[in-house]
Amino acid sequence: MSVIAAKELRIIGFLCNWCSYGGADTAGISRFKQPTDLRIIRVPCSGRVDPLFIVKALLNGADGVLVSGCHPRDCHYSDGNFYARRRLEMLKRLLPFIGIDERRFHYTWISASEGERWQQVVTDFTKQIHKLGPLHTKTEVRVES
Amino acid sequence: MRVGVFICHCGNNIAGTVDVKKVAEETRRLPGVVYATDYMYTCSEPGQDEIKETIKKEGLDRVVVASCSPRMHEVTFRRTVEKGGLNRYFLEMANIREHISWVGEDKELNTNKAIEAVRIAVAKVMRNKPLYSKSFKVNKRVLIIGGGVAGMQAALDCADGNLEVLLVEKSPSVGGMMARLDKTFPTIDCSICILGPKMVDVAQHEKIKLYAYSEIEEIKGYVGNYQIKIRKKATYVDWSKCTGCGECMEKCPTKNAYDHFNFGVAPTRAINIPFPQAIPKKAKIDPKYCRQFLKGKCGVCAKICPTGAINYEMQDEIVTEEVGAIIVASGYGLIDMDRLPEYGGGRYPDVITGIQYERLLNASGPTSGHILRPSDKTEPKTVVFVSCAGSRDKSIGIPYCSNFCCMYIAKQAILTKDHIPDSRSYVFYIDIRSSGKGYDEFVRRAQEDYGVNYIRGRVSRIYPKGKKMVVRGADTLLGTQVEIEADLVVLATAVTAAPGAAELAEKLHISYDTFGFYVESHPKLRPVETNTSGVFLAGAAQGPKDIPASVCQGSAAASKVLALFSRDTLESDPAIAQVNTNACVGCLKCVETCPFGAIKEKELRDGRVVAEVIETVCAGCGICTSTCPCGAIQLQHFTDNQLLAEVNTLCQS
Repeated sequence: MSVIAAKELRIIGFLCNWCSYGGADTAGISRFKQPTDLRIIRVPCSGRVDPLFIVKALLNGADGVLVSGCHPRDCHYSDGNFYARRRLEMLKRLLPFIGIDERRFHYTWISASEGERWQQVVTDFTKQIHKLGPLHTKTEVRVES
Repeated sequence: MRVGVFICHCGNNIAGTVDVKKVAEETRRLPGVVYATDYMYTCSEPGQDEIKETIKKEGLDRVVVASCSPRMHEVTFRRTVEKGGLNRYFLEMANIREHISWVGEDKELNTNKAIEAVRIAVAKVMRNKPLYSKSFKVNKRVLIIGGGVAGMQAALDCADGNLEVLLVEKSPSVGGMMARLDKTFPTIDCSICILGPKMVDVAQHEKIKLYAYSEIEEIKGYVGNYQIKIRKKATYVDWSKCTGCGECMEKCPTKNAYDHFNFGVAPTRAINIPFPQAIPKKAKIDPKYCRQFLKGKCGVCAKICPTGAINYEMQDEIVTEEVGAIIVASGYGLIDMDRLPEYGGGRYPDVITGIQYERLLNASGPTSGHILRPSDKTEPKTVVFVSCAGSRDKSIGIPYCSNFCCMYIAKQAILTKDHIPDSRSYVFYIDIRSSGKGYDEFVRRAQEDYGVNYIRGRVSRIYPKGKKMVVRGADTLLGTQVEIEADLVVLATAVTAAPGAAELAEKLHISYDTFGFYVESHPKLRPVETNTSGVFLAGAAQGPKDIPASVCQGSAAASKVLALFSRDTLESDPAIAQVNTNACVGCLKCVETCPFGAIKEKELRDGRVVAEVIETVCAGCGICTSTCPCGAIQLQHFTDNQLLAEVNTLCQS
């Protein structure tokens, strides 16, 4: 059992425990409706997200990956999100070289109180992935290279 | 491996939009899962008992609970599995309520997504390792940041509970905003008369060490063991010698210094004592205005001081202290009137803020309690109050209500009538929010007994006309335009986060919202705790609050600290980084990236250099783990294997 064909695509979200996971919780508590495609993996800090997780996800069958952490300067661990920003920005620029459309990966900052913003980000990102369609790694690699 | 899965209905919260029976059915087929069930309320007592019993009956060695957010009940269920005989880290939660049932509308899609969430949790839990906490000693001293009414209350309660208290206040005296008020609503009690004795108690309590005119420079450590650096700002007066006689202030030739205490209603001297009841009552030089600093000659205060306390060479001093817990009561700020150009704030002397008016009403204020217009020092006969000046206004970025303005406007209107019996007061309001005990009666009293004219509507513009200020606004009850020629206009300016609130939050590792107010752990059930253990909140630093609410929170935060310190040792969180010395190549990139300085280099017996984690300092962020080129340092409970197992589970189909 995985995504439901013709209705969903496979999107993975890495959320930091303190801000964005809390923001997604707030969205739930406030009943802000969202598309169902995104599956959430909880990490302690966006700085824990190894860019390789994202690459592996995209090469193994995910159609899109979203990473969200605390706003810069508001990190529970002082500057984990600054490390995240460097790594993820780098990854974004490298993705085309391995033949993956960089629009399939997005990172953002959402605080625990921003439920509405979370709803917006999920909705927009899901729409974007649907516009790009499923990622057939092999074809996309061919087109880009 | 024998995994048991418990799927919660949460009444109708989950079961309403997720087919829980189907989730249980599908889950039962997963490899490793030997038991899956659905239950009405898993967090209830019988629900938790069922988990404990099933662990024994089915011989489970791992448990997955699919219910609400782990931020809500992870601690609860960890305790449950522990009571059931498992290590508490052999639990994973799948968040199928906040992230699924409450946000998705399609039952089929929701059910499918819930099954996926359980699959991730099962994949993770099967790779979990048992982790054990260590206990460490607690330093039973508490730091309180902010000496307003909330901070003082917390300090006194902690000190009465026999704790050693450090109270750090950034201005030269404790007292905060409350010390500036004339009277308090709804009793019209004299503010400083009830606060003054508390201030003296703080100064004289043998358990309280007061750092006035000091700021927090740096905070290191963790709950139970914080190392604090405090910057004692230079006052240019030796406070051990100063007796607070005030002679220097009388003789100081600089008469145009900005008076922070009076919010600039009237100027003060370059060397000054902020107010007569100040604690500590000591003088301080403002080098921005002092002639000795600006021109290099004057020295009047040094000549006049009977104790020789003046020292122009004084420098800031850094003091190091150690504490076990921190209460943040750093208070609030007020919006700058310049941001309200349509009200002429800052441009016209006769448009002032509520707190400035409070100083005009106050007997120890610059006018000795006589209400005088700032422009020509005459008594105003028509006073207009404008509520929500900035508050509840999305266009300037303050959509929230400032909480106590409705009440202080009513109070100030009443006091105006008391001071000037032939005066008339008008209040422009949007709504009246007076929900406290005796509050609504108080507002009615202003309207009925004191004849204050309440006009429901916004003010659009304030402009001068001769000696008067014209206030133009709408009366939305009558549906007309109103114009009032006022002698004085008082704006109830919006409450904002205190200046520097964000910087302090960064030092404390606590979060703040879009507006700069500190975020509590849970808005309903943990209102004075933060997500950083050992750091508590009190007063308006968390959001606009009046005096009773601030005092309440001060006491609440103090009781939390007392509860924390009732034990001699605390348990550490074992989900921290760990180095595999066989794989470590000693590049020490982890040492460079660790924000807490929790990793150091260590030489093995064979001379090889590797990294070593200082267990008590590691906070468990995992930045080192994603930095390490050889995967030698792994954050326990969030290892590469565990996270990749989740990723792979989602990618397989």
